[in-house]
Amino acid sequence: MPYVVTDLCTGCRYTECVSVCPVECFHIDDAMTYIDPQNCIDCGGCVPVCPVGAIQAAHKLPPDKIEWIEINRRRAGETPVVASRLPPLPGADERKNAILLR
Amino acid sequence: MSPAPRHAAGRYRVAIIGGGPSGFYAAEALLRSGQAIDVDMFERLPVPYGLVRFGVAPDHPKLKQVTRVFDRIAEMPGFRFLGGVEIGERPSINALRSCYHAVILATGASVSRRMDISGEDLPGSYQASDFVAWYNGHPDFRHCTFDLAAERAVIIGHGNVALDVARMLAKTPDELRHTDIAAHALDALAASQVREIHLVGRRGPDRTRFAAKELQEFEELADCDPLVELDDFPELSSGPGANTEAAAAFSLLRAFSTRPIAKRRRCVFLFGLAPVGIEGDGHVQRIAFSQGQEGARAISSRTIAIDCGLLFSSIGRRAAPISGIPYDEARGVHANIGGRLAADGCALPGLHVCGWGKRGPQGTIGTNRACSVETVANVLADLPQLGEPPRHPDSLFGGTSIPRYVDYPAWRRIDAEEVARGRPKGKPREKFVALDEMFSAADGCVAC
Repeated sequence: MPYVVTDLCTGCRYTECVSVCPVECFHIDDAMTYIDPQNCIDCGGCVPVCPVGAIQAAHKLPPDKIEWIEINRRRAGETPVVASRLPPLPGADERKNAILLR
Repeated sequence: MSPAPRHAAGRYRVAIIGGGPSGFYAAEALLRSGQAIDVDMFERLPVPYGLVRFGVAPDHPKLKQVTRVFDRIAEMPGFRFLGGVEIGERPSINALRSCYHAVILATGASVSRRMDISGEDLPGSYQASDFVAWYNGHPDFRHCTFDLAAERAVIIGHGNVALDVARMLAKTPDELRHTDIAAHALDALAASQVREIHLVGRRGPDRTRFAAKELQEFEELADCDPLVELDDFPELSSGPGANTEAAAAFSLLRAFSTRPIAKRRRCVFLFGLAPVGIEGDGHVQRIAFSQGQEGARAISSRTIAIDCGLLFSSIGRRAAPISGIPYDEARGVHANIGGRLAADGCALPGLHVCGWGKRGPQGTIGTNRACSVETVANVLADLPQLGEPPRHPDSLFGGTSIPRYVDYPAWRRIDAEEVARGRPKGKPREKFVALDEMFSAADGCVAC
């Protein structure tokens, strides 16, 4: 079961996940990152480094996040691989703080 | 990419010592830099991948798929693998330095930390990392024997290696049969009498070094239940600065504490116990602990003892000091600043380190990528200032220095042979565990 980036990433896109992925399975668009389930080797290294807790194992997703399995699969096929860390999106820190205070 | 001959004038030459993950990621970063660089990767064993082959547990096959990435790196123009070549006496690191613009140590953390308590060397007391190397078929450990006749085993340490050892002891032969476990280990574990495994740590249940993902596997063992008594341990205070991984592990341990016990074997998690001495008449019979969080030796006058006939120590590793290379005693790594080897705060030109020898034994496989990228950024910054090496790498080969080596095509032949040997047994591979078998399956090394 691969790992899945959920909508919590949207608007932050810290890409800490990218720097620790051993297999470069992260893809990216303007809003967030996606995991290619074909390449993910289930190491789980990206989960603890995500500043907003956006990444989870597919089998542990709550029902309202299940759709993100399919979205990751589809968007990974449509977007480029990102090989190294990028600066977070503008406003990411404020968004993160709001999420952590929830 | 580049039509220039290997090690032609005007190209940089970099030697990487060690063919594990950090070495491969360093090679990748160098070869992606756009600079004209040739990379020679020296590996002591005839086979690549380091701890992915000899550390990652046999029942984690998905994790081993990372080798596909290493194989892709090995195909990049400018890369050469030199397996079965030990850098030490001949050739020495200094000999490499005279042939390459830069040398990167990717040799890991091969020395197990000792508990430094009485009885540590009694028969029945082992290093967890030796056991790991043995069940993974490391040639240096194939003759090790582990006395698995005891009913109770104790493992000291609350990290992922401790979990691996516990799981290998807890699993049934049927759960291991179709993995790439070494044949000698499968046979020995099938005859194991171990029924109770105690995993003992100094710290509290909220401060383990377990990966939650690996801890969770204890819920799904065929014949073993996890057993945790948390008593009245308080709920965790979360908030900024909280270690999310330790918190996730803690909530799993809490879940374990309410599970019913139904299976024949059990894995007991114990906290706040610091080992003070191992007792036994010619063989391990019990281990004594002082009680108290944090486990400072004299923190508590209360001691408890656990009877056991089998003991594994898994309290960390450090890099093996190398003569002439500065060493950071406190951290157990080669002294470095951002991967530049440094003595007394001054960088040694052309000498670098990446992986566990640089940052200590921590992180997942991918952590090595960021680590090696940082080291290589400094290598690339230094290369223009480094002088032309006085000798050519060809001068290392031939005679008694490097009489032969296993190149990547030869490793592929070893690999294919191992996969073929595994097939009739339903195993992904049956590893060769002896060096001469590896060399002979290579079916022709590159003679120098």
